[in-house]
Amino acid sequence: MQSLQIADKTFQSRLFTGTGKFSSNQLMKEAIKASGSELVTMALKRIDIDDKEDDMVQHIQGPTINLLPNTSGVRNAQEAVFAAQLAREALETNWLKLEIHPDPKYLLPDGEETLKAAEELVKLGFVVLPYVQADPVLCKKLEEVGTAAVMPLGSPIGSNNGLQTIDFLRIIIEQANVPVVVDAGIGAPSHAAAAMELGADAVLVNTAIAVSPQPVEMAKAFKMAVEAGRMAFEARLAEKSMGANASSPLTSFLY
Amino acid sequence: MSFYNEITRYNWEEIGEQIYSKTEEDVVKALSKTVLDLSDFQSLISPTAEKYLEQMAQKSREVTQQRFGKCMQMYIPLYLSNSCTNHCVYCGFNHSNQFERTILTEEEVRVEAQAIKKLGFEHILLVSGEDQKQCGSEYLGRMMDELKDDFALISLEAQPLDIDEYEMLIEKKLNTVYVYQETYCEANYKNYHPRGKKSNFRYRLETPDRLGKAGVHKIGLGCLLGLEDWRIDTFFTALHLQYLERTYWKSKYSISFPRLRPHVGAFQPRYETTERDLLQLICAYRLLNPHVEISLSTRERSFFRDNALQLGPTSYSAGSKTNPGGYANKEESLEQFSVNDDRSVNEIADMIHNHGYEVVWKDWDQFMQT
Repeated sequence: MQSLQIADKTFQSRLFTGTGKFSSNQLMKEAIKASGSELVTMALKRIDIDDKEDDMVQHIQGPTINLLPNTSGVRNAQEAVFAAQLAREALETNWLKLEIHPDPKYLLPDGEETLKAAEELVKLGFVVLPYVQADPVLCKKLEEVGTAAVMPLGSPIGSNNGLQTIDFLRIIIEQANVPVVVDAGIGAPSHAAAAMELGADAVLVNTAIAVSPQPVEMAKAFKMAVEAGRMAFEARLAEKSMGANASSPLTSFLY
Repeated sequence: MSFYNEITRYNWEEIGEQIYSKTEEDVVKALSKTVLDLSDFQSLISPTAEKYLEQMAQKSREVTQQRFGKCMQMYIPLYLSNSCTNHCVYCGFNHSNQFERTILTEEEVRVEAQAIKKLGFEHILLVSGEDQKQCGSEYLGRMMDELKDDFALISLEAQPLDIDEYEMLIEKKLNTVYVYQETYCEANYKNYHPRGKKSNFRYRLETPDRLGKAGVHKIGLGCLLGLEDWRIDTFFTALHLQYLERTYWKSKYSISFPRLRPHVGAFQPRYETTERDLLQLICAYRLLNPHVEISLSTRERSFFRDNALQLGPTSYSAGSKTNPGGYANKEESLEQFSVNDDRSVNEIADMIHNHGYEVVWKDWDQFMQT
């Protein structure tokens, strides 16, 4: 399986995970370990960024794990840029999952503000991974302003509804010059595998692992599914076909 | 336009008739749906739904865990003042009650805050009696200035204010405002709130509109259970919530149902609400709205709070004192209501852990709002 390069980092695992909704920090730690994930996102609002001993951060850290702070909770570009700068200073990472959702109910990303913030953050030297609608035009614009990846959603966050945006994901993947990470809505290992088979570079899974009755087992299942999907993609998965291929009925006249 | 225009299109008695005529078929249908409307909600709060409470609880637990995870947000009230110019017939802070009123000074608030910080809290709820003269927005703003370095999230439950006052407080990092309508029954509202500014039903009702316009992050709603028929009153609360979510879509919403309990010498609830009713209500709200925060305070006894923990609520208070100065001083000033779950913060946090839930102290930071 090919490794994944995003900005200056190389990842062996193509499964990114989150830290929300776990029943304990200990269980979160075990699940992250079982997932093999090397990039773990966490909400800035959940941690005390000035506290080096913050319990959640302590439970995420590990030799192979990179922190990906996210701006969940901010409502516009200005708030996102401000939060990002504080995070960079306190957490000593310039990686950022840019999330701007003015709608606190479905946490749907605001493309306009995200593009504005991304442009500014890139200029400020951040490695920006923006969470966005599965909007191919927006993804190209983000790429143009210099984001390190794009993170289009599969379906509403936390919904476990799978790849409802598949037609648009397909276009995004086809057109992308930066890694595409399918984020949000991945509710089952089969969804994760499907995203990988489609050619996504990675997936980010949180709720489906955290809320599972057995998060550690579920994390393992996602790990395997992501690997299987990626291997299938690299091995050039055959296109679907409804019937047997008839022997050249339309061109036999040439022979 | 405000919610007042909306609510006047509804008739209290008619809504009551709709709720009380719901059939088992209606309840089963509501339980089978994933997206519920207000008619389904009526079914779930109807007397007919009582025997489906177990199914409701199971579904409510599932929906809550899916949306919020196995997490419980902790908060604590800090009573700034028990001075009040209102005459709410059910409240200990009633203006006609003769007792020495306490209004905390900056210094006293700092001492309270330190005592609360030691308990582990990051989210604080400032509560004040409604006294616009002595505890107006200027006073509230000064108190917030004292606290903003100590807490990740500041909420307020005080008298309704005007938009510019809320805007000023939001600049001082106010995040959430709770304003309970007490009852949506306009015809009887004045019986409970005979004098004072609070007797103005419409001004209070339109407070969440003003909050939405001011751009506050979270708005808390609720009615006081015990004044009117809870099934009808909570329907109107749901209607209010739906209106606000559609109109002020950038704000989050939280809901809670303080329950008046009968006790000697005090106001007797006209309609008693049992624990069973309260649970039915919590589950019905969760099924109607998977996203709304539901808080359950120490007004309820520990036995109920322990058992309801997983069934819909998302935030719990602990160690609450409902008198100004209650955390730092042993000397007792008058409390607003008596707490039924008087366990320590540690005991309650342990209980939550033992249910397999993470105790969340912090889920906000002031740098998130500029």
